[in-house]
Amino acid sequence: MLATPMAAQAVLDREYLEVRAKLLELAATFDRLDRGGGAPAADGRLKLVRQGLKVLLDETGDRAEQIQLIFSRPYDDDWQKEFGLAPPAAEPTEE
Amino acid sequence: MYYFDPHIHMVSRTTDDYEMLARMGCIGMSEPAFWAGFDRGSVDSFRDYFRQLTEFEKRRAAQYGLKHYTWLCINAKEAENVSLARDVIAMIPEFLELPSVLGIGEIGLNKNTRNEAIIFQEHVELAVQHEQSILIHTPHLEDKFQGTMMILDMLCDDSRLDRNRVLVDHVEEHTVRHVLEEGFWAGMTLYPVSKCTPQRAADIIEMYGPERLLVNSAGDWGPSKPTAVPDFIIEMRRRGYPESLIRRIVYDNPIEFFSQSRNFQFQAPDAVEETART
Repeated sequence: MLATPMAAQAVLDREYLEVRAKLLELAATFDRLDRGGGAPAADGRLKLVRQGLKVLLDETGDRAEQIQLIFSRPYDDDWQKEFGLAPPAAEPTEE
Repeated sequence: MYYFDPHIHMVSRTTDDYEMLARMGCIGMSEPAFWAGFDRGSVDSFRDYFRQLTEFEKRRAAQYGLKHYTWLCINAKEAENVSLARDVIAMIPEFLELPSVLGIGEIGLNKNTRNEAIIFQEHVELAVQHEQSILIHTPHLEDKFQGTMMILDMLCDDSRLDRNRVLVDHVEEHTVRHVLEEGFWAGMTLYPVSKCTPQRAADIIEMYGPERLLVNSAGDWGPSKPTAVPDFIIEMRRRGYPESLIRRIVYDNPIEFFSQSRNFQFQAPDAVEETART
């Protein structure tokens, strides 16, 4: 990890208005959804958005990575067997 | 500051963009083969495309003093036509000795299907047989994490691969660590909405350091910004990082990675100045 030259105070000074603007955009989008009758119950995307919003309030780090994973399909490490694909040039199995 | 854009689709851009890139400090680029916006119908269609990449774009770039390199493949979106994909893979060696061809790419996955995985493995086989470097596309949005992990599984299963000659592109916060930990190079694509922003790319550099990390614009025919790398440079400067660190990411790292390709003949502008003085 690099030493970050910008202290937290400097980051906040620089990005406060941008963060405020992004929050307002989100709030206005939710209002727009309400005016349109609310998000359809069968559409799971808003549920993902709400999960993402919860991560923002979390005090743990790596929030960007956590939100990325919320919006990701799951990975199954058995996928090659499921596809019937043999690993190419795999290391020979030791006896 | 000079920089090198390691991933940009200039066939989709105007000649004015070449001029603008030159004005912004770009001295060269590498252009992976990609999807045309529609599925091509024949192997000859790809042969013509590869001629465009290796002949016409090289000349267009040279008008502004830019060096243009390329990577060849049939992209994952067209891998569902397995028969055509195999014909294209069989044709690619016709171009591999041309002076601007750096390797096989951008191969990868799109929707993470069985056919895409089969054609990915056959491209890797081609690269191994011809001792080529590899540039890899990882899927977009919700498919990225799953697809990147599948790609890493296939690469790590192949003991013949030199991991230092493989660049896994379009990494983001949830995939970069996995790529770097396995010993591959990683590329961050700076897109307005769907990939990394310059700010988030700078965050990733802060978290992982500059080792084996590149940034690119991946400018193409969709919403994208060919001058995104200079945006990243400005973001790093605003954070107070030294020019040497920024230069390492936008210039030294791409040169180091590309130098492993036998067709990469490149003289830095500084070296040209030195030669002229002596």
